[in-house]
Amino acid sequence: MKFLPSWMQRLASPQYFFLDVKVWIVWLYVLGVVGLLVGSIWGLAFVPAERLQGDSFRIMFVHVPVAIFAQIVYISIAVAGVVHLVWKLKMADVYMAAAAPVGFWLTALALGSGMIWGMPTWGTPWEWDARIVTTFILLILYLGLIVLRQVIPNPARATFALSILAIVGAINIPIIKYSVVWFETLHQPASIELFGEISIDAIYRFPLFTNIASVFILTAGIILANMRFETIVRNASKTWVRSWIQGRDR
Amino acid sequence: MKPHRRRRLSIVLFLFIGGLTTVLITIFALKNYINHYYLPDQIVSGDVPTERTIRAGGMVKKGSVAHDSTGLGVTFDLTDRVNSTFSVRFEGILPSLFREGEGTVVVGRLNDDGVFNATRVLAKHDENYEPPELKGMVEHVDP
Repeated sequence: MKFLPSWMQRLASPQYFFLDVKVWIVWLYVLGVVGLLVGSIWGLAFVPAERLQGDSFRIMFVHVPVAIFAQIVYISIAVAGVVHLVWKLKMADVYMAAAAPVGFWLTALALGSGMIWGMPTWGTPWEWDARIVTTFILLILYLGLIVLRQVIPNPARATFALSILAIVGAINIPIIKYSVVWFETLHQPASIELFGEISIDAIYRFPLFTNIASVFILTAGIILANMRFETIVRNASKTWVRSWIQGRDR
Repeated sequence: MKPHRRRRLSIVLFLFIGGLTTVLITIFALKNYINHYYLPDQIVSGDVPTERTIRAGGMVKKGSVAHDSTGLGVTFDLTDRVNSTFSVRFEGILPSLFREGEGTVVVGRLNDDGVFNATRVLAKHDENYEPPELKGMVEHVDP
């Protein structure tokens, strides 16, 4: 950890994390909500309807960002699981507890918006297609991460079990990603590739990328806020928490 | 990195890579069951079950869509654009994205004459998103 700048090393301590991060959350919330409003209004009102799909494609501006971060949040939880198992960093478990419900809701939104999009375009909200089923499995995995913590009373054992589940469950992520390439699916292949061409016309990219960035910012804000809550609950008996409650450190 | 940490890290990586390999081998062995639909060449060569409902997918052949003069009945051909084409018979309302030259998934049964009797027609759409006026603009570019 010595290679990190001092302000980052400070965040590994629950107390300084709790105190330092509050200002960021406010800014992340403001930026995320404003960005989401700008991107969504832009996508709904200021770009033309799509050539074949008409107006129904506009749900893409919600569907694509939430689906991307449903997967990225899971990868980040698996990385936190590795960090917990290898380095025993306390913040890793705090992160896993904070991020799991956020990922769950992102996945639920991805599935829900996909069903709404599927009705006018495919003619069906649900098909047993590889992309849809693997995303549904992702939802169940998130549910597992949330429920496992409740059913294992010993916190150390719960964290161990969660880390294993997070890492093993991460196997699902490359399968979600490549399901549309490896198998015949109703779902179309990816339009945006990290190292490839984007098959979305330039005028649609601006609202889409604005929303992708905004969902990222908002997700980060919500996870940090959850982490702050987790830290104070876990450290309730510490003197710094008591002095914070008494208003001295605010 | 301390030795005990390196050991733990390698166990974790082994867990992930071993698990991933196992799962990938399994799903590729089950590819036929995971595929959402059969392709035209499988339908034409008769590699599909005829005793139960199946799904088949392909591109709607240009100029093949023939509506009945009365009723909702429609006949069209699905093709893989290489050498396999089969006919589909459907009674009902086609989805709005159903177009000649676009991808479609049909749900139904293959009868003995090689005609697919569809009970449902689903429209696939591709990953390209373009505004309607773009095509015209491209055509009007003069060198």
